[in-house]
Amino acid sequence: MSEHEGYILELQGITKIFPGVKALNNVQFQLKRGEVHALMGENGAGKSTFIKVITGVHAAEEGRMFLNGQEVHFKGPRDASAAGIAAVYQHPTSYPTLSVAENIFMGHEKIKNGLIQWKQMNQEAKKLLDRLDADFAPTAEMGTLSVAGQQMVEIAKALSTQAKIIILDEPTAALTANESEKLYRIVDQLRDEGVSIIFISHRFEDMYRLATRVTVFRDSQYIGTYDVDKISNADLIKAMVGREISDMYPKPEVKIGEELFRIEGMSRTGYFKDISMNVRAGEIVGMTGLVGAGRTEVMESVCGITKADAGRVMLEGRVLHINKPQDAMKEGIILLPEDRQKQGLILKWGLGRNVTLPIQDKLSRHGFNDEKRERELAKKFLEEVDTKAVSIFDPASSLSGGNQQKVVVAKALAQDNRKLIIMDEPTKGVDVGAKAEIYAIMGDLVKQGYGIIMISSEMPEILGMCDRIYVMCNGRMTGCLDRREATQEGILSLSMEQGDSKKTQEVEA
Amino acid sequence: MQKKSIWKKLTASREASLVIVLIVLCAVVSIFSPNFLSPTNIGQIFRNNALIMVMAVGMLCVLLTGGIDISITSILAFSGMTVGMLLKNEILSNTFLLFVIATAIGLGCGILNGVIISKGKVTPIICTMGFMYIWRGLAYVVSNSSWASGSDVAGYSDFGKDGSAGPYVILIVVFVLFFILMKWTKFGRKIYAVGSNAEAARISGINVDRTLTSAYAVMGMLSGLCGALSVAIYASAQPNMQYGKEMDVIAACVIGGASMNGGRGTIVGTFFGALIMAIIAKALPLVGIDSIAQNTVKGVIILAVVILNVVTQRMMDRQNLERREM
Repeated sequence: MSEHEGYILELQGITKIFPGVKALNNVQFQLKRGEVHALMGENGAGKSTFIKVITGVHAAEEGRMFLNGQEVHFKGPRDASAAGIAAVYQHPTSYPTLSVAENIFMGHEKIKNGLIQWKQMNQEAKKLLDRLDADFAPTAEMGTLSVAGQQMVEIAKALSTQAKIIILDEPTAALTANESEKLYRIVDQLRDEGVSIIFISHRFEDMYRLATRVTVFRDSQYIGTYDVDKISNADLIKAMVGREISDMYPKPEVKIGEELFRIEGMSRTGYFKDISMNVRAGEIVGMTGLVGAGRTEVMESVCGITKADAGRVMLEGRVLHINKPQDAMKEGIILLPEDRQKQGLILKWGLGRNVTLPIQDKLSRHGFNDEKRERELAKKFLEEVDTKAVSIFDPASSLSGGNQQKVVVAKALAQDNRKLIIMDEPTKGVDVGAKAEIYAIMGDLVKQGYGIIMISSEMPEILGMCDRIYVMCNGRMTGCLDRREATQEGILSLSMEQGDSKKTQEVEA
Repeated sequence: MQKKSIWKKLTASREASLVIVLIVLCAVVSIFSPNFLSPTNIGQIFRNNALIMVMAVGMLCVLLTGGIDISITSILAFSGMTVGMLLKNEILSNTFLLFVIATAIGLGCGILNGVIISKGKVTPIICTMGFMYIWRGLAYVVSNSSWASGSDVAGYSDFGKDGSAGPYVILIVVFVLFFILMKWTKFGRKIYAVGSNAEAARISGINVDRTLTSAYAVMGMLSGLCGALSVAIYASAQPNMQYGKEMDVIAACVIGGASMNGGRGTIVGTFFGALIMAIIAKALPLVGIDSIAQNTVKGVIILAVVILNVVTQRMMDRQNLERREM
């Protein structure tokens, strides 16, 4: 028994088999009391499955699990939550039309004499929210909160069940820099209160900022556990991908050409105001700011998905009239949307069909689809981005996040009239290996003289890949930084609300 | 080993499982009524269900987009009644022209449905419910509370009378044409794309509104065509014709594997679905089920086939997952 002491949670020899695959192969894990422990690995390495084993969602075929030195067998999520284990997922599994308090107490409502004690629930929810320094009321509707706010509710929910172990599954993936900072503070605080935390993330900053130890999984196997301050970045990446990635940001030196694209004074009521920017041939232009600053909305208007109220869009010196997505595509403005599952792909369809969807009009003759050529082209483009799949007929839903993103990139490559490529969070939820490949493709594209706009909340890739960086805040463009002068602090201060700019907006509103 | 792979192949295709259901149904009925599979009888089945089958093709297009159209039999009645009145009042007697007119009326009705649903963002079931009353009502208005009898439409009804090739030709042309359209043309591809993920389709440059409208237009057009066909087959036109049959049409599609959420369903499946519906209707009296119990039994069979469909789909999804690389 003594070998398990000191660990609040320990798993040994866990093997989980899904039809046709070993999702976990004899992995182990040890969590010390009161530590923040990072769990890292590429997409599909088995992290999420592992978490689901801990939380009782999946039953492992083999292996043992000890809680406070006692062996436990969870039959379902209820057992795990009764034992003080709570998980907060990347996409909050909430009830958007219910109030925050209802969400927090879902499943363990305060009930007296068969009646729900609303007052007591709201009071206790308020206490939990105050503890997390939340800026919304327990009666607010869940769906109106930002992703960061919803995550906070999930954390409050975990606290309300007196959880001793909290698992955070990619909590920062949907957050911006300063929302992440807030989350870091909450995690610090929980740790100081004695809660043990398992933290899954693709972001190295998260790990360095929070964790004392890190465990790496690769290909469903346990690779090792390291002290964060003793392992170098390069060694950690090597452990995760099994090979060395010499240069994460292969930004090629490209001769910048003529101005390719320009927008002037674009506004859309309630979303953004007076936006101007330009992109030159061969340039990668970054667009950053907090989530909700209006970056995606500006680009959606450029591409004709929504309509701007004012302003003009110019390509190669000509003013464009874009009313619908087809107009933008005809001009060679290609958008890789942020939400690849909802906007980028038809998940039920095979990869090949997805790739040729935007060009099927061109491929069809007299209304008939030219399936042979479609297959050839799809195959060619999917190979170009090195998609890992059995065949082009595999449904897109069967791929991992990184590979799905590559299919979206292949879709853009298939549009051979492209001039400007707009990538909205192209590496969100994508593993290190696939990220590097996507950066490499971006490098190739600008070498061929195309322009790229990359919307991203991830500071390292913005600083690593972009020639110039536009920063937005609250619907306005607050600045443009050159590659040489850009720093993390500089971008952050531009993306934060400045007192006076907020005031002017209120006056106008 | 060999056997298992054949079984896997069968369960991997929804159409195959429908064929099995069809064979089992026919076999069971043949025991009770040995003449069931005679050419005359089969011909009768197709002729009596031609309207449902043709409209099922249009309904498939609508269901694929994630919508529904319950105004179809009203469109049928309106266009059919118009044909009947034109004949009765001896304004027009050219069969071909009457078919063209009925089809055009249906097309107009369908476009109206489509535009209101796509541009006006009205829920399909609500929009088509409104038109269900409007067109049926107009059928009564056109009829002027009378009806066109056999003698009124004599000559015209030769096209659809027992033994005439007319209904069969229309059936074959519609199914072959739409099999090709849905499988090999960009029209079909766009409908599947919009039904599977309208947002992704829009961002990929597909005109979602136009695609939606075209689906309802096709539906309306085929309903109009069925209006003319109905008058020919039944040699009469009443304003209440095919009342309530839209549910049979939807059931045929669903049995054939069409998903009510859109994006899933095939012409071949719809053909078998409609055929299964037709055989059930024909067979229930033959196997000695009381007429008062027939609807109940019909409902049970529909549910059973749909559940079989869901199970097949789950097996297919599972096979896909098994191929997933991890």
